[in-house]
Amino acid sequence: MDMQFGSEDLAFRDEVRQFIADNLPVDLKEKVQRGLHLGKEDYEFWQKKLNERGWFAPHWPVELGGVEWRPTQHYMFQNEQVEGYCPSVMPFGVRMVAPVIFTYGNDEQKQRFLPDILDSSVWWCQGYSEPGSGSDLASLQTKAVRDGDHYVVNGTKTWTTLAQHADWIFCLVRTSGEGKPQEGISFLLIDMKSPGIEITPIITIDGSHEVNSVFFTDVRVPVENLIGEENKGWTYAKFLLLFERSNSLTGGLKQQLHRLRSIAAQELTNGQALLDEPGFAARVADYEVQLRTYDALELRTLGKTEPGAEASYLKILGTDLQQLASELTLQAVGYYGNPFIRDALVLGYNEPSVGPDYAAPTAPQYFNYRKTAIYAGSNEIQRNILSKAVLGM
Amino acid sequence: MDFSLSEEQQLLKDSVQRFVREEYELEARRKLVASDTGYSEENWAKMAELGWLALSLPEEYGGIGGSPVDTMVLMEEFGRGLVVEPYMSSIVIGGGFLMAAGSAAQKTELLPKLAAGELKLAFAYAERQSRFDLNDVECKAEANGDSYSLSGHKGVVFHAATADKIIVSARTSGGSRDTDGITLFLVDNNASGLSRRDYPTVDGLRASELEMDGVAGTPLGAVGGGAALMDQVVGQAIAAICAEAVGCMDVLQETTNEYLKTRVQFGVPLSKFQVLQHRMVDMFMECEQARSMCYMVNLKVDEEDQVEREKAISAAKVQIGNSGRYVGQQSVQLHGGMGMTDELHVGHYFKRLTMIDTMFGNKDHHLKRYADL
Repeated sequence: MDMQFGSEDLAFRDEVRQFIADNLPVDLKEKVQRGLHLGKEDYEFWQKKLNERGWFAPHWPVELGGVEWRPTQHYMFQNEQVEGYCPSVMPFGVRMVAPVIFTYGNDEQKQRFLPDILDSSVWWCQGYSEPGSGSDLASLQTKAVRDGDHYVVNGTKTWTTLAQHADWIFCLVRTSGEGKPQEGISFLLIDMKSPGIEITPIITIDGSHEVNSVFFTDVRVPVENLIGEENKGWTYAKFLLLFERSNSLTGGLKQQLHRLRSIAAQELTNGQALLDEPGFAARVADYEVQLRTYDALELRTLGKTEPGAEASYLKILGTDLQQLASELTLQAVGYYGNPFIRDALVLGYNEPSVGPDYAAPTAPQYFNYRKTAIYAGSNEIQRNILSKAVLGM
Repeated sequence: MDFSLSEEQQLLKDSVQRFVREEYELEARRKLVASDTGYSEENWAKMAELGWLALSLPEEYGGIGGSPVDTMVLMEEFGRGLVVEPYMSSIVIGGGFLMAAGSAAQKTELLPKLAAGELKLAFAYAERQSRFDLNDVECKAEANGDSYSLSGHKGVVFHAATADKIIVSARTSGGSRDTDGITLFLVDNNASGLSRRDYPTVDGLRASELEMDGVAGTPLGAVGGGAALMDQVVGQAIAAICAEAVGCMDVLQETTNEYLKTRVQFGVPLSKFQVLQHRMVDMFMECEQARSMCYMVNLKVDEEDQVEREKAISAAKVQIGNSGRYVGQQSVQLHGGMGMTDELHVGHYFKRLTMIDTMFGNKDHHLKRYADL
């Protein structure tokens, strides 16, 4: 047994750090560091930088643009990105639909879609949930009916993250009402510019616009946009969900800890730093210990060839910690969690801040992070998966 | 021992419920929150007309002379409606200070106007360094003959923009965190040397930062005796806000229960899943515990024994913090994605409960205070 990173891993880590130092502009880093809003161009800029270095799609097969990294390198790479305050990679193309395309798609589909994902010229969004199908995803009702060389799609998708920026959407659609609900689902790629698609924003409780409803009315989709076989989409969907749930959260959690500690060191209580007040210090330490535990757990699961049950418990524990950190951070700012100044969440806001400048994003982030225990299969669903698949109940 | 409402209290409850039903549909509230003042002057006039503004004020000054339990009945229904009018700032706190410490002249001049809806008040106490300690006061008040001149910063002053007068804590003697030497002052909102920065809050209210540079203030209560006075009135405010929180929690508990019974997944209503049934029962128990502590604190808030009184206040605030957190978070969770939307009222109650924990000291603060008592 050995819990040390090897010298090769450490050298690789330094290489990643150097790359970030050389390529991440100061103002972009500041936006991420302060928890301000990022625009599409911010994500695009960084993804292109990564791609220039050949690091945008490290988990892809080498012949398609991936890198042959050890699991520890993937881990280090993801966490260095986050700890270095790089914009996150938008997962919908590179981490979600791409593995489905290169695993289940045909050669023509690989050539057509993967290069545009790799150079970030085409943005994807995810058409899974529907108003009536949340946790019970397999009950989805959006229909695709074959009409010559096309499918005609009708229905509604919801909670579609960043659909307002997307060029394409990958959708689960019902192509058959026979058998079990899972047996009549297909995986379809749809151009967002197709006639009959309408997007309406959903404003969330933090006041932001991340998610949308996407309505399909007689949308004609060429049959060559079907991935794999008709009515086998559920298999591909589950494969993709494992990827969705298997992103390493350690780096993000450490970043939240840095922010929490930095704020608590500047906040005063009874004339001393909040971070030195025994009660609050104990709560921060408790979070830190849980984070170490999470990290140790994640390291133990590295190198599993494909994510399985681990993805479910890492998702539950990681999102619990994301929520806890955001809650402690909100508590740390005391009364200054109250002001809601939307413009203060944008870099270049020229008014003096109300209270300390770190306070503005704390409440919106706490409210926003409630989503983490709901999305990508709620934490209740993850527990169902674990009790069934691991404990055999 | 009797926890039932009197006939008058039941009538009051019915009347506030009717008001909330008629004036506080989610869409109507949304408009109020987005309006210039952030609430409705018409609603305020209506509250005066219905006697709610007079409820807790003394009869000899145009009030009704109601008890903390009367205020509790009102505040619980305000919580159910997420009412945004400045009742807490003006009546519970402002009126509370005037009653507790106003001179005969101040009471005669101000209380009847307060009861009639012709005067609004705000309370400025928090400072950048103070966190939740009411006695951590750096704002200074210097005596010039009979009058005082105030300087310094006050933060997150609720409803300051629409108040006619602001009650400000400032130091007339002593060091930053001394209990002695704090005095409360009445300051005109349009006084020279006072500048305000107004903003909305995350839960749909309004607040301001105040900068004071030689602002004229009139003492309210004994010079140097502000600490005890704040303990008393903020205690009453905590008792009232516990009731508001109970109203919020009950709405969330009822709404979530209803949602689980109607939302079908896997071919059955969500309410058929045992894990969710138990979660719902836990939410219900939190509501019942919060209500019990809310009754307790409103019956003890005027208790003579200081330690007994303050323990009751801190204990209630801790329980409200715990229950509000659980009920708020779980309501969002059990509503799934819908709970995250601005469109549904669940998120608005969750946000209000989150900020109620912060008001007048959060759970951590009151646990520590309880332990120190």
